[in-house]
Amino acid sequence: MSLIAITEVKKRFGDNEVLKGISIDVAPGEVVAIIGKSGSGKSTLLRCINGLETIDEGSIVVAGAQFLPDEVHLKALRLKVGMIFQQFNLFPHLTAGGNVMLSQMVVKKTPKKDAEAVARKMLDRVGLAHKFDALPDELSGGQQQRVAIARALAMQPIALLCDEITSALDPELVAEVLAVVKELAAEGMTLVMVTHEMRFARDVCSRVVFMHQGRVHEIGAPEDVFSNPRTPELRQFLGVQ
Amino acid sequence: MTYQFDFSWLIGSLPVLLKGIRITAQLILIGAVFGVALGIACAWVRALGPKWLKPVVATYVELIRNTPFLIQLFFIFFGLPSLGIRMSELTAANLAMIVNLGAYSCEIIRAGIQATPRGQFEAGASLAMTPFQAFWHVVLVPALQRIWPALSSQIVIVMLGSAVVSQIAAEDLTFAANFIQSRNFRAFETYIVSTLIYLALAILLRQLLAGLGGMLFPRKASR
Amino acid sequence: MTEFSFWDILRNLLLAARWTVVLSLVSFIGGGIVGAALLFLRIGGRRGMQFLSRGYIQLFQGTPLLMQLFLAFFGLGLFGIDVPAWLAACVALILWTAAFLAEIWRGCVESIAKGQWEASASLGMGYLQQMRYVILPQALKVAVPPTVGFSVQVVKGTALTSIIGFVELSKAGSIVTNATFQPFTVYGLVALIYFALCWPLSKSSQLLERKLNVAHRNH
Ligand SMILES: Nc1ncnc2c1ncn2[C@@H]1O[C@H](COP(=O)(O)OP(=O)(O)OP(=O)(O)O)[C@@H](O)[C@H]1O
Ligand SMILES: [Mg+2]
Repeated sequence: MSLIAITEVKKRFGDNEVLKGISIDVAPGEVVAIIGKSGSGKSTLLRCINGLETIDEGSIVVAGAQFLPDEVHLKALRLKVGMIFQQFNLFPHLTAGGNVMLSQMVVKKTPKKDAEAVARKMLDRVGLAHKFDALPDELSGGQQQRVAIARALAMQPIALLCDEITSALDPELVAEVLAVVKELAAEGMTLVMVTHEMRFARDVCSRVVFMHQGRVHEIGAPEDVFSNPRTPELRQFLGVQ
Repeated sequence: MTYQFDFSWLIGSLPVLLKGIRITAQLILIGAVFGVALGIACAWVRALGPKWLKPVVATYVELIRNTPFLIQLFFIFFGLPSLGIRMSELTAANLAMIVNLGAYSCEIIRAGIQATPRGQFEAGASLAMTPFQAFWHVVLVPALQRIWPALSSQIVIVMLGSAVVSQIAAEDLTFAANFIQSRNFRAFETYIVSTLIYLALAILLRQLLAGLGGMLFPRKASR
Repeated sequence: MTEFSFWDILRNLLLAARWTVVLSLVSFIGGGIVGAALLFLRIGGRRGMQFLSRGYIQLFQGTPLLMQLFLAFFGLGLFGIDVPAWLAACVALILWTAAFLAEIWRGCVESIAKGQWEASASLGMGYLQQMRYVILPQALKVAVPPTVGFSVQVVKGTALTSIIGFVELSKAGSIVTNATFQPFTVYGLVALIYFALCWPLSKSSQLLERKLNVAHRNH
């Protein structure tokens, strides 16, 4: 059974149809990379899975629960899937620890002591146990992104959505974030990630989705997609002839 | 509540209301033109004017911005005659509005000027403009363009604030309303009507200023 | 007729200025509470509520405070109660202040990056939780300078309550003038007392603003 079932999803902004019928099934423990040109609808798709955008047609089912755009269903959905953003979006008025504790306390009503224990554990997991009391301002981009990952993990999601999580980072900081993601993948976390890191996609992902003009243009194992692109669009995107 | 609303007086009172509207419109027209002109002059002083004038202007701006318009009006109309400076109600009202808007628009324009990159002024100077020409073309016009929305809001605020000139018996819209309600004993209805007229005037004035902004600064007309 | 010395005048005005201060505080605090409620409706309420609060704000920002005072005074009178001037003054000033504060604060809330809403939503927080724990703590910081700045408008706004007969600083000015025939001195003093009340507020607003800008630039 698939963990995330996306069926014939359509999404319009005004009369600009950004997703034109997307169907993808993600199995538990799978790591799916989404690649494609700018504007092809990658972010929009992830945002729909997380309920940040409403869909116009089709269905998204996560762990058997249908996505519906009301507060109760949205909250249930978001407790199942976490999201990591390109711009980190840490809460600047809270410490790293505070960032990881907040949603546990207000959404899950976890007692403060337990939330703190979880926060320490999660920060340790991303290698930042010593930064518990640092404000986002005092952290490098890579560290901020790792805190964001810890923050999402603290909610114990069954899947993580990552939207170009290394694109805002200086090149030398990319590796430390990818290492964390790789470890998560190894531990069996289900991941759907939009990425431009082709090498990473090839090494870590179980499947690659190439999106083009709001459609899934090609989908397959990384070896196939990267070594054996079938369509001219993907060939052009990968820069091979 | 058993109160019966009664607007039957409205027709008979139209001429009085219309006169009030005319005076209010006239006040804000004169107030806006000379007030903004005064504001520009003061902004010039604060940016490039003679040194001795700067603290004078700064004091004027601070004094006006930190005292109520009503007191400024009373000071001009009741206070100044002790110095032998007498004027009619309308002149006093106009003067108070000009002085008031002058201070606010000086501050607004100054903020716009400070947002203009320094290099621009030097570029103007290097094109052999006189300091005044450079100020006008390189500093003021872009600044005005930038702060036009803020300036427009301030002009609307001054128009709405002008309701208090009725207190020195300048025969504006509020004066008309006071007069009408003293005859018809329908105070609530009368003030509802005059409030709605003010609202319409404010909307109209905002539109006019937006249109004027579009004409004066065609490039960025839409903002 | 008794003679008024300069000190008599000043003492009378200062005594009346107490009421200006009290009225300002009541309006500001009351307006803050109503304004906060308006803000919540304006940015997060249902469609109809958003529309209503927007209309409220535009109505109160688009009409003279003096008219609002008259309407409060005569409108409350329609309920058959004999309305004291202070009550009408408080009601009108609170409603007026609320409209402006709600609009100022809306600007502050909207200055918070969209990502903060999205990140907190993706963690499962509801609207009120997002506001309470993520948006407001940040917006509050930005809101302090303009809010302090607006308090100056409130103090000045209280002057208009003299017109419906509330005896505060401005009204005292008129009364003392009528008794002394020294309008220049009296209104000059009245202006200076207002200045003494308002200027520190204006200045601190400016300083706070500058501090905030510096703090932002350092990031
Ligand atoms: N909120 C929105 N309102 C209107 N149009 C939008 C909105 N969000 C995205 N779009 C449009 O949807 C299309 C797809 O955007 P999306 O952000 O999903 O692309 P992307 O594949 O993530 O691109 P990139 O690689 O640049 O991030 C674009 O044409 C974009 O302009
Ligand atoms: Mg994107």
